Amino acid sequence: MPDPIVVAEGLRKSFGDVHALRGLDLAVREGTVCGVLGPNGAGKTTAVRVLATLSAPDAGHARVAGHDVVRQAGEVRARIGLAGQYAAVDEKLTGRANLRMFGRLSHLSRREAHRRADELLERFGLTEAADRRVAGYSGGTRRRLDLIASLIHRPEVLFLDEPTTGLDPRSRGEIWDSVRALVADGTTVLLTTQYLDEADRLADDIAVVDHGRVIATGTPDELKATIGDRLDVVVEDPAALGPAAAVLTGLTGADPTTTGDDRLSVALPGGGLRLAGVVRELDRAGVAAADVRLRRPTLDEVFLRLTDRTEPVR
Amino acid sequence: MTARLRWTLADGLTLVGRELGRLRHDPGELVAALMFPAVMVVLFGYVLGSAIRVPGGGDYREYLMPGLFAMVTFSSVMGVMTRTAADASRGVMDRFRSLPMARSAVPFGQTGADLLVGLLMLAVMVGAGLLVGWRAHLGPAAAVQAFLLMVVLRYALAWAGVYAGLAVGDDRVADAMVPLFLPFTMVSNAFVPTGGMPGWLRLLADWNPVSALTAATRELFGNPGLPSGEVAWPLAHPVAAVLLWSAALLVIFVPLSLRANRR
Repeated sequence: MPDPIVVAEGLRKSFGDVHALRGLDLAVREGTVCGVLGPNGAGKTTAVRVLATLSAPDAGHARVAGHDVVRQAGEVRARIGLAGQYAAVDEKLTGRANLRMFGRLSHLSRREAHRRADELLERFGLTEAADRRVAGYSGGTRRRLDLIASLIHRPEVLFLDEPTTGLDPRSRGEIWDSVRALVADGTTVLLTTQYLDEADRLADDIAVVDHGRVIATGTPDELKATIGDRLDVVVEDPAALGPAAAVLTGLTGADPTTTGDDRLSVALPGGGLRLAGVVRELDRAGVAAADVRLRRPTLDEVFLRLTDRTEPVR
Repeated sequence: MTARLRWTLADGLTLVGRELGRLRHDPGELVAALMFPAVMVVLFGYVLGSAIRVPGGGDYREYLMPGLFAMVTFSSVMGVMTRTAADASRGVMDRFRSLPMARSAVPFGQTGADLLVGLLMLAVMVGAGLLVGWRAHLGPAAAVQAFLLMVVLRYALAWAGVYAGLAVGDDRVADAMVPLFLPFTMVSNAFVPTGGMPGWLRLLADWNPVSALTAATRELFGNPGLPSGEVAWPLAHPVAAVLLWSAALLVIFVPLSLRANRR
């Protein structure tokens, strides 16, 4: 296996009493999307800022595209792009003027900067908005401009810090399409997000971060496999929810969670369970089940289990 | 090293171009910025001028213009501070920092752009001054020296603005701080002689760089109101005082700004 293109080892960073990173380890394979998943305040943004050379770690080290982020920051900067939760473009300039400026600041020739700006605007469908001032853009258009501004110098690694936070579903879809197109070109993407479905759809690998540390890594499927399958039961009469829960606890040894007025969900033990047995036991307890089904866990459930949180994160 | 210097210069020029681009797309802001000095001439020249007597005699508007020149010069602190703070809080600064550009180009670009804006404002101010009867009486050479002093002090003050903007780091706070510039310009000899102020205030006013610049340009333009008798050192040697203030501001704020910018 080739060396990972992003490697972080034992990164630590504190701001006064706040320990944002407490020994974070991370590896991203070249040409993949790595989703860094975590609740607010888990240290995702701090990790990206360190990897993108914006802030120096207190301890540990990191290499991006073969260069140390502290000692060879200039080399790293020539190879990375960064798009953040805030639209880091100049609101008072047009989209095109922004791209040309960032192109010039990435040390492209004037002609190349102009050509590249036109090419990106065309490719990402922003030609129409290109000559209006950014101040008049919608949130989604602004975020897309921010994304393509980070592509101007053809980075090998792209850091996207919560690229769709606060966007409507349609704009999120557009950003997702853009990210997929980039990966098809061979760009490696490190994406932080608090949306689990975003990580599920985009990421090849996921690193779950909590309290400044990576607490689990793997593909979405591997992570789902770690907590086993789930059993969902829908009862016909909501009053039967209590007896149904008792039956499920008896079968699995775990407490089911109530997921609606008439439904329960429970994690299955390692050995699994036969559906027929569940139906029989429910029947015996006098519970009329409208639906009983086995399914893979969602990433939400994996995440809740891993981070030990009781409320879903959305 | 020369390549690095060349890039710093090239990147700085790109950022000056950015500021000019912003003005082109937002002519309203430019017009407002240029109206300000003209409004000041009318406001102070005719409203205050109707009541204030210039020490040693002379026309109040002739007395006032060097003060207004100094006020406009000082406004660079606020302009650069708000623009720098806006970049810092909106993430534009982070984008700059993630690019393979020269980091020091950002403050150089910002202060360079401010100089161009400042020259435009001065030109409008000169026009307004000529309209209300102000003249440079001591010839073009002395007048050029006076304008050079304004440019030098303006550039040095712009660096204080860069540092303030980075230190504040939030454009709303920076905007809220803008009115503070009034006392800085008012506690000086720009609009009234300092002789009548209470002792402690007079001390502040006499050592204010705004006062030094006002006194220096009054001297170089041959405008009325030069202090007589025993005065504080900066007012007795105003040209030297302006140069010293400029040097001190640059020595303090250029390294501080560059360091804060690298962080």
